[in-house]
Amino acid sequence: MRPNEQMCTKRKYMFIKKAWLPKILVIWIIIVALIGRVIYNTMDADDKERRKEVLESMCDQRARMLQDQFSASINHVHALAVLVSTFHYSKTPSTVDQKTFAQYTARTAFERPLLSGVAYAQRVLNSERKEFERIHGWTIMTMDKKPSPIRDEYAPVVFSQETISYIESLDMMSGEEDRENILRSRATGKSVLTSPFRLLDSHHLGVVLTFPVYKFNLSPDPTAEERIRATAGYLGGAFDVETLVENLLGKLAEYQEIAVNVYDVTNSSEPLIMYGRQREDGDLLLKHVSPLDFGDPYRKHHMICRYLQNAPTSWTAITTAFLFSVIGLLVGYMVYSALIHIVKVEDDFHKMQQLKVRAEAADVAKSQFLATVSHEIRTPMNGILGMLAMILDTDLSSTQKDYAQTAQACGKSLVTLINEVLDRAKIEAGKLQLEAVPFEIRSMLDDVISLFSEKARHKGVELALLVSDKVPCIVIGDPGRFRQVITNLVDNSVKFSERGHIFVHVRLAKHAKVVLDKKAETSSNDRSEGVVASGDCQFDTLSGCEAADDRNCWENLEHLTANEEHQCNASQRATLLVCVEDTGIGIPLHAQEQLYMPFMQADSSTSRNYGGTGIGLSISKCLVELMGGQIGFVSRPQIGSTFSFTSVFKMCEKNEVGHLKKSLCQDLPMTFEGLKAVLVDERPLRAAVTKYHLMRLGVVVEVVSSIGMVVDISRKNGSFRSRNGRRPDMVLVDKDTWLSSEDGDSKLKGHTFKLPKMILIATKITSGELEKAKAEGFADRVIMKPLRASMIAACLQQVLGMRKEEQQDMVCGPGLFRGLLYGKKILVVDDNRVNRVVAAGALKKFGANVLCAESGKAAIALFQFPHNFDACFMDIQMPEMDGFETTRRIRKLEIEANEQVIEESSSEGTSNKVERHLPILAMTADVIHATRDECLKCGMDGYVSKPFEEEDLYQAVTKFFEPKTTTDQ
Amino acid sequence: MDVGQLQRRFVEYTSSLFHEGVLDAQFTQLQQLQDESNPEFVFEVVSLFFDDSERILNDLTRALDQKIVDFKNVDSHVHQLKGSSSSIGAQRVKNACIAFRNYCEEQNTEACLRCLQQVKQEYSLAKNKLDSLFRLEQQIVAAGGAVPMVGC
Repeated sequence: MRPNEQMCTKRKYMFIKKAWLPKILVIWIIIVALIGRVIYNTMDADDKERRKEVLESMCDQRARMLQDQFSASINHVHALAVLVSTFHYSKTPSTVDQKTFAQYTARTAFERPLLSGVAYAQRVLNSERKEFERIHGWTIMTMDKKPSPIRDEYAPVVFSQETISYIESLDMMSGEEDRENILRSRATGKSVLTSPFRLLDSHHLGVVLTFPVYKFNLSPDPTAEERIRATAGYLGGAFDVETLVENLLGKLAEYQEIAVNVYDVTNSSEPLIMYGRQREDGDLLLKHVSPLDFGDPYRKHHMICRYLQNAPTSWTAITTAFLFSVIGLLVGYMVYSALIHIVKVEDDFHKMQQLKVRAEAADVAKSQFLATVSHEIRTPMNGILGMLAMILDTDLSSTQKDYAQTAQACGKSLVTLINEVLDRAKIEAGKLQLEAVPFEIRSMLDDVISLFSEKARHKGVELALLVSDKVPCIVIGDPGRFRQVITNLVDNSVKFSERGHIFVHVRLAKHAKVVLDKKAETSSNDRSEGVVASGDCQFDTLSGCEAADDRNCWENLEHLTANEEHQCNASQRATLLVCVEDTGIGIPLHAQEQLYMPFMQADSSTSRNYGGTGIGLSISKCLVELMGGQIGFVSRPQIGSTFSFTSVFKMCEKNEVGHLKKSLCQDLPMTFEGLKAVLVDERPLRAAVTKYHLMRLGVVVEVVSSIGMVVDISRKNGSFRSRNGRRPDMVLVDKDTWLSSEDGDSKLKGHTFKLPKMILIATKITSGELEKAKAEGFADRVIMKPLRASMIAACLQQVLGMRKEEQQDMVCGPGLFRGLLYGKKILVVDDNRVNRVVAAGALKKFGANVLCAESGKAAIALFQFPHNFDACFMDIQMPEMDGFETTRRIRKLEIEANEQVIEESSSEGTSNKVERHLPILAMTADVIHATRDECLKCGMDGYVSKPFEEEDLYQAVTKFFEPKTTTDQ
Repeated sequence: MDVGQLQRRFVEYTSSLFHEGVLDAQFTQLQQLQDESNPEFVFEVVSLFFDDSERILNDLTRALDQKIVDFKNVDSHVHQLKGSSSSIGAQRVKNACIAFRNYCEEQNTEACLRCLQQVKQEYSLAKNKLDSLFRLEQQIVAAGGAVPMVGC
């Protein structure tokens, strides 16, 4: 699936599409606005309701009060009527006259606060008019103060309260309103009211109350007719409604708040206003009507109340709604942005996923590429290595041989490097497993040094290796990884050093933690020492240049190595401390922190100037930790760095050492054993290095610090002899020492006795110097540093004139191969006839006695004990039973047989410890790591690639037959 | 034709075989294994190879004719052929076998059939070339000459 397609399918699972979000937000905003509106409305309606209720209650209250006061006044007028009826008509002579009435009414006026005044009008029929006028002494006047025209009856006012005394003698029936009132009241016998009109005196709106007074007591249920007949007069009073209501309302609170109108609504289509402003202002929308009962059933009144002010804006509602909207919007926005974020994150996630898929694909591609390329490189590399091996078989000068060997070593390391490239991925995945195989430390280190010799020589940097004597010869561990770490460190040192030296020192450490402890100690010493030493340009290091870590100074070193103990023996573990000291550019302080981070270089200019990726140290750190050690460094910018690491190895069983030494040790020629050499070197550390290499060759070394001393010694002894009396076979002189003591050299030249072989050791030498050296007696040889035992051996061979033939005996050539296999009985197991014949042919050619088996089963049948096969070559891919299975079975048979032998031998009491172990070698076409591991796992001893090559075969077979041949001898 | 001419032709022919890639260094190794004690070694091995290969090729043809191809079986046959061809140094047959095995892993019947044809072709080429090489050799021997050694 292409990433794009994948993207599309993945897209479906997203729960929100990005395009929807703004729409959703808009919808949300609308919803929030609507809800806000609803809230506002609800609250506003509540407010209005409450307002209405308040208005209602206020209106009702006012109406009730008005009504109460009104009825109280009416009652009092009624009482007056009764008074008049009682004291005016029932008594003869009347006890009430105008004065009494006026006085009484004035005194009881507080009872009728609503009435501006009361008056009594007598009913006077037209027939009685003359008599009446005569008695009272005035004529009946109409309302407009004119003598009344003749009517059926009159109602002139006879008594009146002083406040309205002006109406005395006025005929109440002359006014339309009053007349109607009078007629109605006498018919009903109740108080009646006029419709509101402007009162005569105050011009306030008012109503007139009329109450009938009867001459005698009426029957309980009188008819209107009876009432009219019994009517004696009328008591009336004017209600000044306006003042009345004004006073009343004035007593109440909220007077200012509401407008009160009182209407006479007897004629409902045309309400007459009794009180209140005509102008309709205030809150017109809200009003309340309260009915008023003034005791006149004919007349209907009501009170209308309304607020003077418009309903106040409901801030609470607005605020609430607004806040709600704001909160809603905020929530909406938050959700929106969260969703946007989610969508974005999801997008990113998918992008990442896509990238991840791509990266994984790239990773797979990379792995495949690496696998392919490394395979492709391995094939031609084999050709190169083969050719080099052939070159090495020819007659070469020592330089040529060294070059060829270096080329071969480099080629081999390239092949391992390719494997390491593959393993690097494993380290990162944490899948790396360390091997545990015995290996020879010194020769391995020599190889590492040789890798860099050309480079170091080219730069003029002195590269030296010193392995402490106490370091065991053979340890068990992972040589590849160990080598990888050292290679890396040395590589770095070579890369960053332009002068001075690179010094690799290996010694035993007490425990793995030693690196860090020492580091702390030395770094604290660093500064003070730096100050003291700054004036002094000669340091006690290898090349005399100052180094970052003073532990590798000669004095310290001597001290340290002296303290080394074989205490690790008990635990069967050896902790090696490897120091790689250089005098390079050092590591800037700020970069020291992140030194072990992969792909991190001190600064970007580093990779430009020196190349490399910066992954090496991080891998080294991983590897060191895997090997149970620690890595640390001391570095001082412009002075150099010292990297140290520890690594824990298992020790070899003592009895195995000898056996292993034969098979593992690089074949250092032993022809120099016992030779004597005098080494002239002013620097003890450098001398120690040279001595170390010479001693590995078995050469006995005496160190002197100057050429002069050699001369002195020879003078004393009369001939050129060293202290122990033996004549030295050679004198090795370091070039620096030689140059610094030319006078001594000339002394040497002056002697006539036969000089031993003179050898000059130099890091680099100019042709002029070379000429000079030749002239001064170093004609024999110049050995170029870095020193390696094998290289020194090669040089010494030439110098001492050992013949090549001698040497060739040391190296097992193909000639010996024939002897190796000669007469051996070998079984070839292969299901393929052709392969079988070819393999058999090849082995026969080397003189072996070859038998063939065409399947695993046949092989097992042949291997039933006792048999006399010396080796077996086994194809891996076979039908029915493959090579692995067959080997396993053979091993099983062997174990059984061995047990039997042990039993027998123990019963017999003899110590016949012949272990049966048939060397089984796999024949396989694909020589990959996995197959090899599988081979070793199932009990095979090695493998040869198919089709056979002589070298391969020899390599594989020699391991098993060499020891045997030696024991046979 | 005199011996010298024959020998020259033999050398030319052999090097052309190496040059064309029909044979590789392994064949030289094989020739080196031949000595007085075993004068017919190369011929024997190559004859064996022919016998084996013909059998394997027949088996392969049959196996691939099946409706349901047993790729494991096919693969083991091809492996055999690859082994023997690399043993005698029949490089082109070997290379064809390697491609064949890849397709076996993929279980690609069509490609396998194609490869079988390829292998057959390479095989018959190798067989013809080797046959004529042996004829030449016999002629040289019959003419009383020694067979020259030719490396790649």
